[in-house]
Amino acid sequence: MMSASTISKLAIAGLITLSIAACAPRRPVEGATADTGAAANVPAYPGPGTGGIDGGTIGAGAPGSEQDFVVNVGDRIYFDLDSYSVSPEAYPRLDAQAQWLARYPQVAVRIEGNADERGTREYNLALGARRAESVRNYLIGRGVSAGRIDTISFGKERPIAAGASEDSWARNRNGHTAIVSGAQ
Amino acid sequence: MRLNLLLSTVAALGIAATSLVQAQTPTQGLNGAVRQQTPAQPARTGEPIEVEIDQGVLRPFQIAVAPFSGQNGTSIAGVLSGNLRRSGFFEPINPASFIETGLTLANAPNFPQWTQIGAQAVLYGSVSPRPDGRNDFGFRLYDPYRQCQLVSYNFTATPEQWRRIAHKIADVVYARMTGETGIFDTRIIYVAESGTELNRLSRLAIVDQDGYNPVFLTDGSEIILTPRFSSNPDEITYMALGRDYSRIYLYNLTTGRRESLGEFDGQALAPRYSPDGTKVAFSIIRGGNTDVYVMNLRTRQLSRLTSDPGIDTSPSFSPDASRIVFNSDRTGTPRLYVMNADGSSQRPISRGGGSYTAPAWSPRGDLIAFTKSGGGQFGIGVMATDGSGERMLSRSYFEEGPSWAPNGRYLMFARQTRGGNTNLWMVDLSGRVIAQSGYQGRGSDPAWSPLLDEMPANLGVGQGADSCSS
Repeated sequence: MMSASTISKLAIAGLITLSIAACAPRRPVEGATADTGAAANVPAYPGPGTGGIDGGTIGAGAPGSEQDFVVNVGDRIYFDLDSYSVSPEAYPRLDAQAQWLARYPQVAVRIEGNADERGTREYNLALGARRAESVRNYLIGRGVSAGRIDTISFGKERPIAAGASEDSWARNRNGHTAIVSGAQ
Repeated sequence: MRLNLLLSTVAALGIAATSLVQAQTPTQGLNGAVRQQTPAQPARTGEPIEVEIDQGVLRPFQIAVAPFSGQNGTSIAGVLSGNLRRSGFFEPINPASFIETGLTLANAPNFPQWTQIGAQAVLYGSVSPRPDGRNDFGFRLYDPYRQCQLVSYNFTATPEQWRRIAHKIADVVYARMTGETGIFDTRIIYVAESGTELNRLSRLAIVDQDGYNPVFLTDGSEIILTPRFSSNPDEITYMALGRDYSRIYLYNLTTGRRESLGEFDGQALAPRYSPDGTKVAFSIIRGGNTDVYVMNLRTRQLSRLTSDPGIDTSPSFSPDASRIVFNSDRTGTPRLYVMNADGSSQRPISRGGGSYTAPAWSPRGDLIAFTKSGGGQFGIGVMATDGSGERMLSRSYFEEGPSWAPNGRYLMFARQTRGGNTNLWMVDLSGRVIAQSGYQGRGSDPAWSPLLDEMPANLGVGQGADSCSS
């Protein structure tokens, strides 16, 4: 069951995310390699996890559940254009992921690396893999054992935001921590 | 099942090809006609007789494609005209303007009636049944200005194969007029797309080069990427992404047999056959680092070709198998590199700014095609194998993944409009002919097959049926 306060917290967080996204300046489209320092387009932290493109019931979920992880911790962090280093804005969420994984040591995860559509297919797969590895290394650095973390790159094949805009591309450059097993 | 049956049926049906007997001419036959008129009427000054590909043609070659007589004869002429027009080197004349109709193989055309409408070549033929149930598909190609026969030929095949035969005839005509191998008796393997941006269905599919006979080969449960042909057009390799796995498959189009290239310690991507089909070059991602490997398909022996911290991927063999081009971002921005097939002597070849990815070595060996991005655009270009002479052939909001036609004169690639769909496009080496491919549905990652059969060996300038060259 979801409490009223959780609902309002979610709603507020959602509004913040939306308003920040809406205010993000629109710049002309850059080539895939141009380093434009796209920090302004990185989706806001902290905020609710996106839950990816999977459906599911809305709610905070029981402690230790996948829903708990997605809603209360956040399962996705975002990357700058053409970058694969974890940005400082993502540290709190990954720290929270590591803490959650420490609390539920039976959980195994798969880090999915994603890229925006402004790149060629194979290069984007390799770029997504670098992003997934960056997240994995960060979590290992926070004490999660390597054996619990698998990685895969989806390249530009699994976007979560539609539309040819800087905002959508920013959301599609992400590392998604998917729970594979062990959640309650 | 139906699909595999269909494909294997096509593959199993032999097509016999023979030269038409030289001037099967009755008394009023073509030899006579030619001899009578040739001396009096040399080629008109300034009329190009053969298409000069290398110098580019501003005005396409005017060709009259008359309806063939017999079963599906009009449709055959339609397929021929479509193919020739799409090549960019021919402009079929509107049949409504033809003065002479009812051409038969036994007779030469009435030349003045064709030069009068500006026809630089006249193509006609007939489909006639044989006692064994198959058909003879005979045709002749004339130069009405020089009043000589450029080529004639007869294919024998089942009636159902008329469309395939039309492609073969188009290849003969294209080869005779341009001196280049044809491109029409080929198929395209690609990724058919449907659904929405966030819920995209992708299926492996194959279609004739002109957009006919599209067939789905997978059901959409996996995301399909980068299918490529072997030198044997029955064999392909491609990559598939499931919800929690990634795999390279080898797939036989005739038997429907599919096998995994192998399970690797890391994600595998970007497969491409060696020119003889005995190896597959691809990349493996280990610990976030992507390197190029090659696997011998017979021994299953895996060799590592690159080992630096950069992204090394999209390997493509030179046609003599001695070298491999790939892209690497080891110095920052992705550039094209060439190495020996054993991984030695890796050196950058691309020279410009922007990022270079997805290279493809031409089947002729002389050029490397690539995708280049920068300035907010993506484009398809070519360069010599040492990186010199770079030329962009096409540019737009987004395009990627050039695949060479078997004659090394055209590239097919995927182009996406901003916020819109992705379709297959083709461009010729001059950059002059740029159009959507014959297949106009949504799709990406096209790969052009080799010619499905060898062209008949006894066709060619100076051979029996050619009276223009003597």
